[in-house]
Amino acid sequence: MLEVRAKHRLGVFQLDVELVAPTGGIVALFGRSGAGKTSLVNMLAGLLRPTEGRIALNGTVLFDSAARIDLPPERRRLGYVFQEGRLFPHLDVRGNLLYGFRRVPAAERAIRLEQIVELLDIGPLLRRRPGSLSGGEKQRVAIGRALLANPRLLLMDEPLASLDATRKAEILPFIEQLRDKLRLPIVYVSHDMGEIVRLADTVVLLADGRVTAIGSAEQVLGRQGA
Amino acid sequence: MPQLSELEIEALRLSLRVACWSVAGSLPFGLLAAWLLARRRFPGKVLLDALVHLPLVVPPVVIGYALLLLFGRNGPVGAWLYDTFGITVAFTWQGAALASAVMAFPLMVRAMRLSLEAVDRKLEAAARTLGAAPADVFFTVTLPLMAPGILAGAVLAFARSLGEFGATITFVSNIPGETRTLPIAIYSLTQTPGGEAAALRLAILSVLLALAALLASELLARGIQARLRG
Repeated sequence: MLEVRAKHRLGVFQLDVELVAPTGGIVALFGRSGAGKTSLVNMLAGLLRPTEGRIALNGTVLFDSAARIDLPPERRRLGYVFQEGRLFPHLDVRGNLLYGFRRVPAAERAIRLEQIVELLDIGPLLRRRPGSLSGGEKQRVAIGRALLANPRLLLMDEPLASLDATRKAEILPFIEQLRDKLRLPIVYVSHDMGEIVRLADTVVLLADGRVTAIGSAEQVLGRQGA
Repeated sequence: MPQLSELEIEALRLSLRVACWSVAGSLPFGLLAAWLLARRRFPGKVLLDALVHLPLVVPPVVIGYALLLLFGRNGPVGAWLYDTFGITVAFTWQGAALASAVMAFPLMVRAMRLSLEAVDRKLEAAARTLGAAPADVFFTVTLPLMAPGILAGAVLAFARSLGEFGATITFVSNIPGETRTLPIAIYSLTQTPGGEAAALRLAILSVLLALAALLASELLARGIQARLRG
């Protein structure tokens, strides 16, 4: 269960979010650009501090302004796949993949390199550097890197936005595999209706910094279409 | 090139030693200053910035004199160093390294600061989400990405140290084998009847050394850039 109650002011933009979502499967944050999706995800990750509120994941409090709790990002154990990949240019693909993995206590390393390499089909890339990868390859490596940190939850902020239709089609099945094979809860940000319909178990609709609807894809998107 | 005399080789070796220690000793302080100036906000930041750049604009003699007042045997820092560690820097080659380090400091900090400002903070945020604490991020992401700037700063400082004259001669004087570095040896030779040939030899040597340092850094920097690009 993901519980969020958070306020934040960014200039004139006011974010005021309250939501409770089951963490089974994929929770999609859907809304126009500027609705506050990335801000919300950054708050979950610990990269943006809400002015006030409380964030808890499956009973673990990540942030609570009243109790003065603010876990730093490195202790939240949430994987984050960024829109632009953000691979480390000074490390090869293997070094990137293992960056988070090496920082996980040995006993908690359920997801291993071989498994991810096979799942994402990135074996031939291991010795290459991020600069020489295509957009789709970069994004698969970024997904693998986040997964190998053995997160409790995977955050994906428009991971396909910078890719063309062919590349998108190439990556979508991998994301479905994460959900089905690894049984990893995912928070998936997108403004693409097609991706949402295909992936989401729960849809959270955001507009102007507020949650306007929450429910299954049919419920939320059906209502919006009407 | 004609044979170098014993004294000239001595000046050359001393210069290299002084420049190496000057760079090695100031590297951590340069990094700290660059980091403070690029990343932190604190009261007195403008003052620190001015202080770092001071050797660039103040006459070197003044810097040398200030060092003498501070680090001389009777100066506040010098007396403390002598009483606590038995170290004397005034009129020693260590003092020459200190003078060179101070004079080269602005160049080093500037190069490092620019490269630190160019590091994408989003990559650091990504490293945090992967479980790395801030210090860990600094050593495994920030520092490697700064490598070209650190290298450039170190080489500039090295070349500047090799050429240091005014602050050095004021602070540690002109003692053969101890503080008579290449520029000071050249100066002494030009003041000595019949020293022109030796002065010219050392002058050419200085130019070659500086060129070699810059060339080496250029090649290294290219290598690092190519690695970063992939």
